[in-house]
Parts: sequence; structure tokens; C-alpha cells
Amino acid sequence: MSERTALDLTTKYLGLTLKNPLIASASPLSHKLETIQKLEEAGASAVVFFSLFEEQIVRESMELHHHATFGTESYAEALSFFPEPSNYVLTPDEYLVHLAEAKRNVKIPIIGSLNGFTKGGWIKYAKRIQEAGADALELNIYYLPTDASKTAADVEQQYLDVFQTVKGSVTIPVAVKLSPYFSSMANMAKKFDDAGADGLVLFNRFYQPDIDLENLEVVANVLLSTPQAMRLPLRWIAILHGHLKCSLAATSGVHDAQDVLKMLMVGANATMLCSSLLKNGPQYVQQILSEMTQWMQEREYESVSQMQGSMSQKSCPNPQAFERANYIKVLESYTYNPVKRS
Amino acid sequence: MRKKVTIEGNEAAAYVAYRLNEVIVIYPITPSSTMGELADEWATRGIKNIWGTVPFVQEMQSEGGAAGAVHGALQTGALSTTFTASQGLLLMIPNMYKIAGELTPVVFHVAARSIATHALSIFGDHSDVMAARATGFGFLCSSSVQEVMDFACISHAIAFESRVPFVHFFDGFRTSHEVNKIELLTDEDIRAMVNEQRIIDHRNRRLTPENPVIRGTAQNPDVFFQSREASNPFYNACPAIAQQAMDDFAKLTGRKYKLFDYYGAPDAERVIVMMGSGADAARETVDYLVNQGEKVGLLIVRLYRPFANEHFVAALPKTLKSLAVLDRTKEPGSGGEPLYLDVVNAVFEAAQNKKLGAVPAIIGGRYGLSSKEFTPAMVKAIYDELKKETPKNHFTVGIEDDLGHTSLDYDEDFSTENTQGVRAVFYGLGSDGTVSANKNSIKIIGENTPNFAQGYFVYDSKKSGSLTISHLRFGPQPIRSSYLITKASFVACHQFNFLFQYDVLKYAQPKAVFLLNTHYGPKEVWAQLPETVQKAMIAKQLRFFVIDGYKVAQEAGMGGLINTIMQTCFFAISDILPKEEAIAAIKTYIKKTYQKKGDEVVQMNFAAVDSTLLQLHPVDVPAVVSSKIALQPAIATGAPEFVNRVTSRIVSHCGNSIAVSQFPVDGTFPVGTSKWEKRNIATEIPVWEKDLCIQCGKCVAVCPHAVIRAKMFEPSAVATLPTTFKHVAAKDLPGSQFVLQVSPADCTGCGLCVDVCPAKSKTEVKVKALNMHAITPLLETESANWDFFEKLPEVDRSKIKKASIRGAQYLQPLFEFSGACSGCGETPYIKLVTQLFGDRMMVANATGCSSIYGGNLPTTPWTKNAQGRGPAWANSLFEDNAEFGLGFRLTVDKQKQFAGELLKDLSSTLGDQFVDQILNASQADEAEIYEQTARVEELKKKLASIKTVAAQHLLSIADMLIKKSIWIIGGDGWAYDIGFGGLDHVISSGRNVNILVLDTEVYSNTGGQMSKSTPRAAVAKFAAGGKMYGKKDLPRMAMTYGHVYVATVALGAKDEHTIKVLMEAESYDGPSLVIAYSHCIAHGINMTTGLQEHKAAVQSGHWPLFRYNPMLAQEGKNPLILDSADPQMKFKEYAYRQNRFKILTKTNPEEAQRLMALAQGDVDKRWATYKDMAAEPASQPQKDTKV
Repeated sequence: MSERTALDLTTKYLGLTLKNPLIASASPLSHKLETIQKLEEAGASAVVFFSLFEEQIVRESMELHHHATFGTESYAEALSFFPEPSNYVLTPDEYLVHLAEAKRNVKIPIIGSLNGFTKGGWIKYAKRIQEAGADALELNIYYLPTDASKTAADVEQQYLDVFQTVKGSVTIPVAVKLSPYFSSMANMAKKFDDAGADGLVLFNRFYQPDIDLENLEVVANVLLSTPQAMRLPLRWIAILHGHLKCSLAATSGVHDAQDVLKMLMVGANATMLCSSLLKNGPQYVQQILSEMTQWMQEREYESVSQMQGSMSQKSCPNPQAFERANYIKVLESYTYNPVKRS
Repeated sequence: MRKKVTIEGNEAAAYVAYRLNEVIVIYPITPSSTMGELADEWATRGIKNIWGTVPFVQEMQSEGGAAGAVHGALQTGALSTTFTASQGLLLMIPNMYKIAGELTPVVFHVAARSIATHALSIFGDHSDVMAARATGFGFLCSSSVQEVMDFACISHAIAFESRVPFVHFFDGFRTSHEVNKIELLTDEDIRAMVNEQRIIDHRNRRLTPENPVIRGTAQNPDVFFQSREASNPFYNACPAIAQQAMDDFAKLTGRKYKLFDYYGAPDAERVIVMMGSGADAARETVDYLVNQGEKVGLLIVRLYRPFANEHFVAALPKTLKSLAVLDRTKEPGSGGEPLYLDVVNAVFEAAQNKKLGAVPAIIGGRYGLSSKEFTPAMVKAIYDELKKETPKNHFTVGIEDDLGHTSLDYDEDFSTENTQGVRAVFYGLGSDGTVSANKNSIKIIGENTPNFAQGYFVYDSKKSGSLTISHLRFGPQPIRSSYLITKASFVACHQFNFLFQYDVLKYAQPKAVFLLNTHYGPKEVWAQLPETVQKAMIAKQLRFFVIDGYKVAQEAGMGGLINTIMQTCFFAISDILPKEEAIAAIKTYIKKTYQKKGDEVVQMNFAAVDSTLLQLHPVDVPAVVSSKIALQPAIATGAPEFVNRVTSRIVSHCGNSIAVSQFPVDGTFPVGTSKWEKRNIATEIPVWEKDLCIQCGKCVAVCPHAVIRAKMFEPSAVATLPTTFKHVAAKDLPGSQFVLQVSPADCTGCGLCVDVCPAKSKTEVKVKALNMHAITPLLETESANWDFFEKLPEVDRSKIKKASIRGAQYLQPLFEFSGACSGCGETPYIKLVTQLFGDRMMVANATGCSSIYGGNLPTTPWTKNAQGRGPAWANSLFEDNAEFGLGFRLTVDKQKQFAGELLKDLSSTLGDQFVDQILNASQADEAEIYEQTARVEELKKKLASIKTVAAQHLLSIADMLIKKSIWIIGGDGWAYDIGFGGLDHVISSGRNVNILVLDTEVYSNTGGQMSKSTPRAAVAKFAAGGKMYGKKDLPRMAMTYGHVYVATVALGAKDEHTIKVLMEAESYDGPSLVIAYSHCIAHGINMTTGLQEHKAAVQSGHWPLFRYNPMLAQEGKNPLILDSADPQMKFKEYAYRQNRFKILTKTNPEEAQRLMALAQGDVDKRWATYKDMAAEPASQPQKDTKV
């Protein structure tokens, strides 16, 4: 076996130099410092913190207010029902404390995450996340346009407005995590790029509701992503690579080393790991990293940057594979093949 | 300069007491609970006393326990205190004798309150402190909030200097709950009043093994008497010490007090002697009368015990001719009330010792029992009486006594109100935030302007939809008007419908401002007002403003809270501050109050303020009355005579004018009065979709106010049905029609019925068989339908499968329309018990929520059926309820036995076979009991014509031959804490009583204090840092006897199980203990979905369902049956649905995590224990040959 050259796994994401492209995505993985430390040990190059939700910020405050006042001052013997605390540690405050603690205890970059859609008071938490020490911010703009009177242009503009307000309030890099449901994804990506986004994280998985047949209720339950989910970001990263100034991160369905390699080849600056780590534990980063390294070494790749974008739409031999033509091809390649019963 | 603060009396006392003590022992009782709550909160926050250490705060199981713990702490050298009132003080009396007998310095702070006699009252008078006056404690009385702070400090100094323990007391509610602007004592002030050497002396007297002594010996006739007299010098020295302490205090603060403070004309001929808050009203009247040239004065008693005769006489003006001594207590059968007798004695002794010139005429009178108003008009009446040749002695004032003719007449229009400043009266709804807004307004004005401020708040006795009336005074002089405002310069009505129920404008003085919250605009509103309101507005030339507060609140995201909005209106139009300044002050205060809850709440309130200013409109008041709209009657038509004559006046807030002769002499009232008080408090009511309904009965079972009911009827038996009356073919009785009817005027709109309804539309799932709809378009028709429904005959009980929720819906509830909270988790259980056993039920009810919604006037929910039978209900006390109920059982058993004996004696006259049938009747089920009832009726008929003594005795107790169902009902505060000793003894007795514990896991009635039932990790008052230890396993303790039926139930988790348990418990011929999971407003939950908490409680293992049935043991089986499955979720999944647990994660996340882990352990361990117990092989049954 020939002597292997040192493999350069570093990548640039949001202007940060990461030791490799494996980032732990916004998820419960960052709830505990211990897990964050394990992720670092296992080789994760950065951790995106779990999201602080607009609703959480607003609702918690309102809920506390509601319970502190509900039923009070109405009956002489019970003018209140709870002791009055001198101070509350609200979830957003806890989030900031936790983030700062994580920063103190790990060396890898910590990326804060904010999730919201209106231009309300929650946006001020962007700055607070920066002040708590975050190296960057991932802004998850999660919106379901159910209002039929709203045009696509209205919705797009609101996305951009929210982004710009957030971007304007901080100096750290800001990535935008998007859904794929835009009429013109490429145009939207370009708009964010033009507006100064430091990165796009593709794609957000909207958690879809389910029906409980027993009780006839709509229920929320989370389904972890499957490896098939990676096809969508794979395609769009391939398309967008080389057309934008900002970084691209792949999220959804990145489950093993092969998935990571594919994403890098189509042009991802980084890959976000979530479901696979929730399933296999933080140490799984180590496995992906070693398999990926092994694969690259076996094929004598020198660096991650070398392969980044190597199979993007621009660079691949058959660019139409990422476009509509591919659709026909896919359909043609699919033959009905029922399982035979013996 | 000392800080000025606007606080209530309780806080003023607690502030000083906290700083002067090391060991604070507490127990909740209205109106003193706040003092303990504050001490607990301060200790949780780490606030230190003046010696730089954080006091220990310990809750006890009763006031008796608190006094014992204080006694122990004192004996071992601690600085200790406690806070209490009323029955609480009575429970402390035994220890008070000990503490005083041992000359132990301590101060108890007491918010003086009525003692329960013919009725309970939470309000203020001196009957509690007077009952403790013989204990040897000193008594120092405060009349105002400032004095509370001052005397809390002075009493401590006196106690330590004199070694005489003290009760420092002030009037419950009037002073304990009045908010007033006062000067705050600094720690330096308090320290300056402490003689450190006396503290050291106290410690040196402590019990310690380093220098052991013995205290609490037993003494014999030879020496006890002399020993008792040995402490005399200390009492003799006490008055001078007290005056010295007051003088020291005056040097420090400039506020001068005397043991007896004389106020008024130096040459007064007529003087009133009194103590407490009433003295402030008297003082104001004296000012007024002296200005008019009258020779009157007031002697305010500060030091009541030791009563300093010589000081008292010396304080009287030499010109005195007649003296009226006022007592805020009643001592039936005495020669006069206590203060009166003290004064008579002091004057007599002085005269006898030739230390008094002319002996004045002395009369005594009673006033102000249970916070009855005491006004300048009454004071003037007393002075007028003193002018008479033979003034009335042993008089009363403030009531009309047409029975004993003790009362003095007074001129209600007489007023001494200072017309400078603002006097504002606000009518609000309990849940709309009116009171909290007013409390904020007082603080804003008190803390931002040189003005003085006073607030006093009147609440009604319902826990849902209650009326609050706030009385606020602001002015340049200190405010001493210790009575309600009668001439307001500003009146606000925060609920439009109040205009139709109460005489809202009676408080308005001419040209006052009237602010109305209404959805009618400035142009429309006039036409919507009742005739009387229009009349009053024109006659009084009121300036009128309207605001649509709910619209503004909705737009600002404030829901139903209009506090900030109405407060802004008040500032905008009352001219109390320049408008801009006022708005800025409101905003500053909003920020200060809400910032800690997050910026969102602050911004929401800011938005409300800004929007209010734009939507507040003046209204032009026309010159003529145009309305024909009448006020709503207080009571529904058709009510019985007593309800019309007495109850209706109480309902319409005219109870003060009811004369003595109208009342029962012994506190006995008719049942079933709540149905006549149509409160109309719901904004939405459930509406029935008859075709979707599966007739399951769940809604009827869970309705806390018994407003949704089911019946079945034969269509042929009903002549004409109202056109909107809904009914559908009955599923359980072919040929019959099923109807589910709501009483809209009694509904509170809680929505529990809709939440529990399992029937959903196949085409539109959100539509259930019950859905909430706005009441307005439905009120009239549905009220008529309810009236019709009520007249339909009750379903024949023999045709119903009673042991099922489906069947029980047809059983008439004999507990209805109570004053409980909307969505109450307790009342469905009570209602169900009355449905099952109501017509032969006797109830002993512990004091607490259930005694209040069950027995607080004006109207009460316990009722009777068409045959005139129903639960007989009584409340004795908090601590004695199990014993009280056992007394019922003893009577029933004894008299049944005696009746049996008499029957046998009369057997030949009555017929041997008939007597045998009665004596040997099995009464195992309802049908057999019904048969026995018929036999007893027959017996009574026969006995009526037999004139022997034996026959007449038998007639008087014949009803005891019908099986009775004895129920002992109360909350966890009673069962787990204060009444546990009695409960334990009663279940050990083996007697057939049924104990129902409505377990809310806190003292709900007094505002959510921790009990031993509170689960670990929950925050409650007295456990501000989270409950540190696990919930007491009361059921397992009861099981240890072996002969007690013990079960837990949770209606929302398994309703059929609840019925099964209640039937088993009742039929068990021995003691039964049923512990019912009761969701509660004090849990911080959504009350509309309260029943879902039951389910989660059971699924998490927090509330395992089980039955321990001793009958099974007798059959050789394991008596314990688990009725719920292994926990399916973590305890925290249940707990964090509720604010009581969640709040700790927001105040102390680490501690929350620690306690939650331990709490999970509690749940796991308990479940494992029960599981093991249920799996144990059955032991051989014990045979009792006597049974």
C-alpha cells in the first residue's frame, strides 16, 4: 500500500474554517453540555444549537403572565395562588446561559439558532445569542403561507425582511435555513445571497401533522428523516453551487459517510447531521468521519475542497440530470415489479 | 429620609417580624396567611434579618402545632414568632398560657377575625383576641397600616424588656388588607429598638444540656398558687416599659404613642373608648365635631393587656361626663363586653381610691362584628347618645336590632369625608384584573407623588364570576378613613351588566366622573342604560365616559384582562396627575411589574395603554330620562318566602339593612337556595347536538355546577313541548325521549362538558355533541327550556343502572349551582355522591373550599328532592371534621338501637309481624331501603295516635330505622394535616362512616399553601422554593388497620371506577376513605381541560387507582386491587403540564431538576410498593366470633 498523503478535511462555512464538514445540526443533541462535549470528542466540527422559537419567547412570557394572574384578586381568602418570585429564568435566558456555557467548554464553533417568522420582539435574541458567544447564527424561517390572499411575492418579501432585520442586528455570520417550497428556489437563494446571507442551509424539514384515528385528533409527532430525504438538498446544492457567494450546507437525510461525500461533491460546504446522531448517538460522528476519510484516502483525494462541487451541475458530465429531463429518465427507469408470492 | 411605601397591613407586620426573628412558624388562616407567605418568600430569596441571618420558616400542621413549635423554639433560646387569626389563635391558647407562665418574650402577630359561632366568618373583629385575653399575654393593638409597622416593632421591644409575651393585633381585612402609604422603618430603626442585652438574656434562660434546668413541672395545692403569683412584678412593670418603648420609638421616628392615646377636645364631656381600625373613623369624626364646637373626645386603647388602670384614668379629660366603651366582639351572657368591663373596673377602682373626681356615666356597646362597617355616622350617633340623660347601655351600632332593641339609630347621610383629593370606587369582575390594576394605581400615586393613598377591596363570596368593589382614596393628607367610600368623585363600572344588578351609582357624589366599560359607543350607550341609571346620572350631573375595554384588550393580546386599560382611563380622566405624567408613570410601573416575565408582556401592556387613550370617549348626558329598561330581579320568580324576604336582599347587596328579627336565631337555614340566584355569569354555554349525542352521561358527570342534566320522558305524558326544546329517542329506554338540558343562567361556561364529550361528527370532526356558543341569543329560550325541563318528572330510579356513568346521569343531583370556581375539580365528586345517596345522606364538612362553596351565604347549593329528602349538611370546624362526622354516626347507631328497643317494647301494640319486618329489614340496596322507608312512614302514622311516652320517643327517632349514609367531606389540608389525628382515630373506630377527601394537594381555599399532600417539586405558597419532600401516602397509612375500605379515584381518568368505588365505599359496613384527585385553579392549569390532568396523573403513576376492600380479605383474597396500569409516562410529563411544577424550572432550574428526579423516585417507589402489595398472597381471614 502506498504511503498516504495527509488528508485535508477542512472546509469553509460561513467564513469559519471548520476542521471537517460534519456539523451537528440544530436538534436536542445540544440540550446537554455533556452531549456537546461528546460531539466534539467524536470529531464534529461545529454544533448548531437547538432552536429558540419565536413562539417560545412570546408564549412563555404570556403563559407565565397568565398563570400568575389567572383567578387572582377575585376571592377574599385566595387573592393569589402562587408565591411571587423575585425573578424568572425564562427559556430564552436559559438558552443564552447554556450557549455561553457550551462556548466555554468546547473549542469547536457554536452556531446559535433562531426560528421565527414575524418581525416581532423575538428578533432581539439574535443579538443576545451573539453576545452569549455564538460564532454564527442559523436563522430558521419557518412559515406556512395558509392565507390564500398572500401572494408568493409577499411571502418572499417577508422572508427577506425578517432576514435583513436579523442580519442588521448582529455582526456574526448569519445562515438561513430554508424550505424547498419556493416557486423559484434558485431565485430565492440568489435574493438571500444578494441580501447578505452568509450561508444557506438546505433544507428545513417541516414537521407534518398526523391523524390519531382512535380519538379523531390531529397529532404532532416527529418522524426522523430517512436517507431518501437527501435527494432534494442534493439536487439543489448541485444546482446552486457556483452561482452564489454564500456557503451551502446540506441538511435532511445525511446519514452516513457516503451521503456526506455526495453532498460535498455536489457543492456543500458542510453537512448537517441530525437523525443519524439521534439514532446512533454522538459518537457516530467518529464512524462517519473515519469511513469518509478511508473512502477519500482509498481514492487518493487530498482534501475536501478538492471534491467540493466536483459533481455540481456546473461540473458534472450530465448537467441535465439535475433538471426536468431527469424526470423522464427516472420514470423510464422505473418498471413495475410486484413481489411474487410463492 | 425614610422610604415611603404603599403596602397592606399584613406586609407591614411581616416586614418587622421577619427582621426580628430567627424561627418563624406558620400555618395558613385568613386573613393572616399573607404574613406567613411573605416570610416564606423572603426566606426563599435569602433576605436576612437585622442580625444578618436568614430566618428559618417552618409550616406546621395546625396553629396548635405552630404554637407548640414556637414554644419549643423559645424555650431553647430562639427568637421566634408566628402569625394567625380566629380559630387559629384559639388553637394556640394552651401554649400561650404556658409561654406566658414561663415569662417568655415573643410576639404573635394577629389579624383579628371573628370566631365561628352560629356561622363562620372570615372577616374582622376582636372575638379571637378577646378569647385569648386571659392567657397572660400582653396585647397591643394597631389601628392603621402605619401603626401595624410601628407596633410590630414596639411590641417586640416591650416583650423583651418586660419578659411578658405579646399579641400584636390589628383588624382583619380592614387593616390587614388595606393598602396605605406609610413610612418604612429601616433596619437601623428596628435595631435601635432592640436591647441586645435582653436578647442575650433570653438566650441565657434557654434549655441546654450545658447548663440544664427543668421547666414544666407539676405542682400541688401547696405551692402552685404561690408560684403563679411570683410573676406579678413583671406584669406590674410592663405598662411603664411599654410607655418607655413608645417614647423611644417617638424619639426615633417622631410618631408618638401612649398606652391610651387621647384625641379630641381638651375639655371634652363625652368620650368614646375603643381600639382597632374603628378608632380612625372615630378620630375623623371627632375632628369634625370639635370643629363644630362639640365637646367630644376619643381614648384609643393601645396596650390592652396588661390593662393599666391608672394610666387609663389619667388619660381621661377631667371634664368628662359620659363615656361610651366600644367592643368589637360579643360575649353572650356576660355583664358586658370585655373592654367595657375593664373600663368600668378602672373607673370604679379610681373612684374608690378617691383618684377620680366625678364618676362619669359609662355605657358599653358593640360594633363592627365580622367587618361590619363602622362609619363617622355611627360614631356621631354614639356621641349623640352620650348626650342623653340615660344613654342606652349595652347598645349596638351599625345594625337594626328590632328584636332586642339594642341598636342606636344613625343618619346614613352624615359624612366627614375629606373632599380634597380623589375618592374612587371601581366595580369589577373577579377575573378582569380590576383589583390588581387598582393596587398598581395606589402604588403609582403613592410612590410617584407626594399624595397619600389608601385602597380597600371588597369581594363577594363566590369563587367564580365574583364582584369586586375597590375603594381608593388619594389626597394630600394621611388617609385615616377606615370605612368604605360613600361619596365618590369617580365611579367606574368595568362590567356593563352590573348596571342591571347593582346600584352602581349610589356611591357617586354630584358632578362625579362615571366611567363605563361597554361595547356600546358614545352615541349608542345612553339608550342601553337602565332607567334608574339614567335618572341618577342626570340628577347627579355626572361626567360620563365610555371605553370598549374588551376590544382594546383583545387587540392588544390581553385576552380578558382589562386592568391596564381601565387603569389608563382612570388616570386619563380623574385629573389626579397631569395626563402625560400619569401615562409615563403607568408605563414605568408596567415595566417594573412585568419585565421579569419577559418583554412581550411589557410591550402588550404598553400597546394597551396607547390604544386606550385613543378609544376613551366622553358621552353627552341628555337632560331627560328616556329608558324603560328595568333592573334584573335578584331572585328568580317562585322562590320560597324566606328567600324572597331575606336571601334576595343579601343577593342584591342590601344585607346590611336586614334587621335582626329576620334571621334564624341559631344559624339554621333552609336548603336549596342557590337555584333562585340566577347569576348569569357565562359568556358561552354548551349547546347540544342531539343527533350526535350517544347519551353516555359523561358531561352530566363532570359538570361542576350541575347545570347540565339528562332526563328521559314519555312523550305521551307531556302535553306541549316548547318549540325550541330538544329531545331525541332515548337509547336506554325504548319508547322514551332523551333530553340533555343546560341551565344557562346557572352555567359558569367552564367548558369541561365539551372537553369530555366523546361524540364527534362524522362529517366535521370539530363538531361534538356539545359545543360552546355565545349565550346572548340563547339565554331566553334556553332558560325557558330549563324551566320546562325542571318540571319534567325525575326518572324512576328503579329503572336505572345506577352503578354506571350512563345511568347516573338520570339521578337527581342534590348539590347544584354552587359558588365554586368555574371548572372546579372537587364539586363533581360531591354532586355524584348526592346523586347516589343524597336522600339519606348526612354530611360533616370540614372548613375549606367545600364548606365555602357549600355553605357561604347568600345562597347555598345543598338541596332536596321532590319528596323533601336530601343531604343534611353542617360544617363544624377545620380540625375536627372527622370527629364531628363520627358524632353523626354515633347518634344514628345509638338511636337506631334505642328505636329497636322501643319497637320491641311496643311490639304488641304495633303488631309483632310489622315490628319484625322493620327490625329485620335488609337495607342492602336502594330498593330495600325504599321499602324500609315506606315501613317507617307507616310506623310513624301508627305512632302518632299512641300517646304513651315510649311511643312519642319512638316517633321522634323512627327515621333512624332507615339506613343513613354518613359522609365526612373535606380537603387535603384537613385530611392530611390539621384533621389527620382525628381522621386516623375515626377510621380506627371501625364505625360506618364514608370519608371523601377532595385532594387538590394544596390548601386551595386560603390561596394555595403547601399541605402534606403536595407532591415533591411542586411550588406552593409556604414552599416557594418547591416542596422538598414527597406526598404523604395517606391511603397506605389507612390500609395498615386492615378494616378500612381505602380507594383512590380520578373522575377524568376512569369515571366508571369512581362510581364503583363510591358505591363500594358506601355499602361497606365500616369506615371508608376515598381520596379523589381534584384538579384545581391553584395548580396553574387550563381549567377547561382540567379532566385531562386526571388522565395524565394516572398514566404517569402519580395517582395510581386502587381499592383496598377489607371484604375481600374476609373472603380469603388479597384486599388490594390495582385499577390502573403500569405508568406509561414519566412523572415530569404530567407535572410540566401544570404551572405549579413548571414555575420552579423558571425560578430555580437546577433545583427543579433535582427535585423532579427525586419526585420520579417517589412515584416509582410508591407504584412498586402497591404492586407488590397487590401481588401478595392472601392471608387466612381472621374470624371475629362476635360479629
